[in-house]
Amino acid sequence: MQFFLEVLIGGLLSGVMYSLVALGFVLIFKASGVFNFAQGAMVFFAALSLVGFMEKGAPLWLAFVLAFVVMTLFGIATEKFVLRKMVNQPPIALFMATIGLAFFVEGLAPLLWGNAVRPLDIGLVDEPIPWILDNWNMVISSFDLAAAGIAFALVAVLALFFQYTRVGRALRAVADDHQAALSIGIPLQHIWALVWAVAGFVALVAGMLWGSRNGVQFALTFTALKALPVLILGGFTSVPGAIVGGLIIGASEKLAEIYIPPVMAGWFGGNFGGIEGWFPYVLALLFLLVRPEGLFGEKHIDRV
Amino acid sequence: MIKKFKQLAIATSVAAACFGAVLPSAQAAEEQFFMIPSYRVGPYGANGQAFYGGFIDYLSYVNMKGGIDGVQVTWEECETEYNNAKGVECYERMKSKAQKAPGPIHTMATGISYALVDKSAADKLPLAMMGYGLTSAVDGSVFPWAFPLVTTYQMQASAIIKFLKDKNNGSLEGKKIVFLYHDSAYGKEPILALEAEARLGKFELVQIPVAHPGNEQGSQWLRIRQEKPDYVIMWGWGVMNQTALKAAQKVGYPRDKMIGSWWAGSEEDTVPAGDAAKGYMSATWNVAGKGVPLIADIEKTVYGGGKGNLSDKSKLGTVLYNRGVSAAVLSVEALLTAQAKYGKGKAMNAEQVRWGLENLNITEARLRQIGATGLLPDVKTSCSNHEGSGKVKMQQWDGSKWVVLTDWIEGNKQLIHPLFQADAAKYAKEKGVTPRDCSKEK
Repeated sequence: MQFFLEVLIGGLLSGVMYSLVALGFVLIFKASGVFNFAQGAMVFFAALSLVGFMEKGAPLWLAFVLAFVVMTLFGIATEKFVLRKMVNQPPIALFMATIGLAFFVEGLAPLLWGNAVRPLDIGLVDEPIPWILDNWNMVISSFDLAAAGIAFALVAVLALFFQYTRVGRALRAVADDHQAALSIGIPLQHIWALVWAVAGFVALVAGMLWGSRNGVQFALTFTALKALPVLILGGFTSVPGAIVGGLIIGASEKLAEIYIPPVMAGWFGGNFGGIEGWFPYVLALLFLLVRPEGLFGEKHIDRV
Repeated sequence: MIKKFKQLAIATSVAAACFGAVLPSAQAAEEQFFMIPSYRVGPYGANGQAFYGGFIDYLSYVNMKGGIDGVQVTWEECETEYNNAKGVECYERMKSKAQKAPGPIHTMATGISYALVDKSAADKLPLAMMGYGLTSAVDGSVFPWAFPLVTTYQMQASAIIKFLKDKNNGSLEGKKIVFLYHDSAYGKEPILALEAEARLGKFELVQIPVAHPGNEQGSQWLRIRQEKPDYVIMWGWGVMNQTALKAAQKVGYPRDKMIGSWWAGSEEDTVPAGDAAKGYMSATWNVAGKGVPLIADIEKTVYGGGKGNLSDKSKLGTVLYNRGVSAAVLSVEALLTAQAKYGKGKAMNAEQVRWGLENLNITEARLRQIGATGLLPDVKTSCSNHEGSGKVKMQQWDGSKWVVLTDWIEGNKQLIHPLFQADAAKYAKEKGVTPRDCSKEK
């Protein structure tokens, strides 16, 4: 039972890290109704910029601010050169544009900052908390707890922002219908630039935490793969859904990785394992069958 | 406007005629062409950058020293991104250019090598798989065109077991060893050998796969914590290695009980992991550092002459850079071996290069002569043994650099080589290949 709890808590804390990436997707989707394929590349670009500025002598806080400036400029440039001409185009066209953007960013980032794998020290040590280890013999990392705290704070701020500010309401209007939003005077260009900049900020936080844990490198782009099932579960339009989806995916994939392979080996023989790569997708697929809009997603009703 | 166009056309024709007049004499010079399906971007780009930087720097060095007995080396790179489909695409694109006088092909990717084993054999082009790839290709009677040179995954795994035995007074009986591996062709290759070693040495082997790319290993390390193994042998690549080291720190598993494969033992693996990597060990067939005379000379000659391949000179002397140099040294030695038989100063055709690879005899004395001591073990290949060595050293990360711990350790050839032969025989049967009679090969 104690091991089960340890796996479960570890999974929940890993899930929070997935949620951080998923948040960026949710922001863009809420503003444009488009799945931003480039979010993983943005995580990579943001982390690379952060570590790049630190290598040039900037302290962490300054490097963070400078990297945020870079991501804001990136957001503005994306709106100006990619999205502006695509207003009122079908979502699939915007989606294709983000695929192109992803490849562009994946090439641009190493070109600007180099492709070496770099360590990133943000002052958080990924070691077990001694008090918990001594009293309950469980490994709970202080890094994971800090990451969870940051993620929850981000979610709270973003949820309030969307719910209670004019910009937040405008974002929701834009997501519903670009042309209608424009017709009532919502400045679409500003809204998109803003939301891409905020998504850049979320990518920066996610990149900082993932980069600090595993090193800043191209593999950060793969974090996007972890976010997709989170979004399916939580709903593409829900900020709290990203957190809940992340927790479910994180916990279930870890429990599955530990408990399913021995059962499969007992049935079929051989060595099963490494299933956490695909298990979240199977779970998401099953969930889609029952609740296509996700746990917290908006139910889309077309009146005929 | 028309007049200008005519002038331009005449000028172009004259230039083309002059160039055409010059071209035949340039072609007349003997050249050996290396197709290089490399990767410098993508998830493993940092590793490829150092390896192929070292590889090309040595080729430039050879050219600057007068070529391979006068034969100049040319090459062309093609970006594979460590992607099998792109690797095959690169091969198909460059193979016609390599038909006349090829250098050995180094893909530095087990998956791409798997995809090219049959193709290169059909095209009669020599495929080098130095420390990776299809290990059953050690049996050259079945795989005449494929060369898993220096040492294979199985022999490496066996050498690691021997190293651990030596640390435990010659026996691992009753011990528990976790094999943590990248869930791919690369990661699965040594399982056969480790299972054979476990049966022989009566130790428990627990296999734990990690899904690609390996950037999340929470459950694997909780299981390792529960299993309480005496050692963890890790077959990782790229982000999996840094993640494993950090995760080991997180669950409090001692890093000096972890031994990685040679693809999990470079600065690219340890530096990003910071303090978590201190004490971690790995296998290697080449030492790191610029203390190797050849590496120092490459820096002086190639970079001094402004022809260095890498803009980031800090990569020089790293494990993977030196490994790239060792791969190029071995390729050039194969060409020299072929030239000694088929004619010095001549470009070698594919069959001659293949013969050179199959008759390598790189001794310690030869390595000392070219300043490459420590970059390779002694290598002696034959028709029945395309590996040629099977030896590795063990190294340990001291927090800032790799320190070599041992002399060359050879895996258990009596145990492992029959596994290759059985696998090769199975392959021959499946593919309808009639094995060569190695006793008739000279």
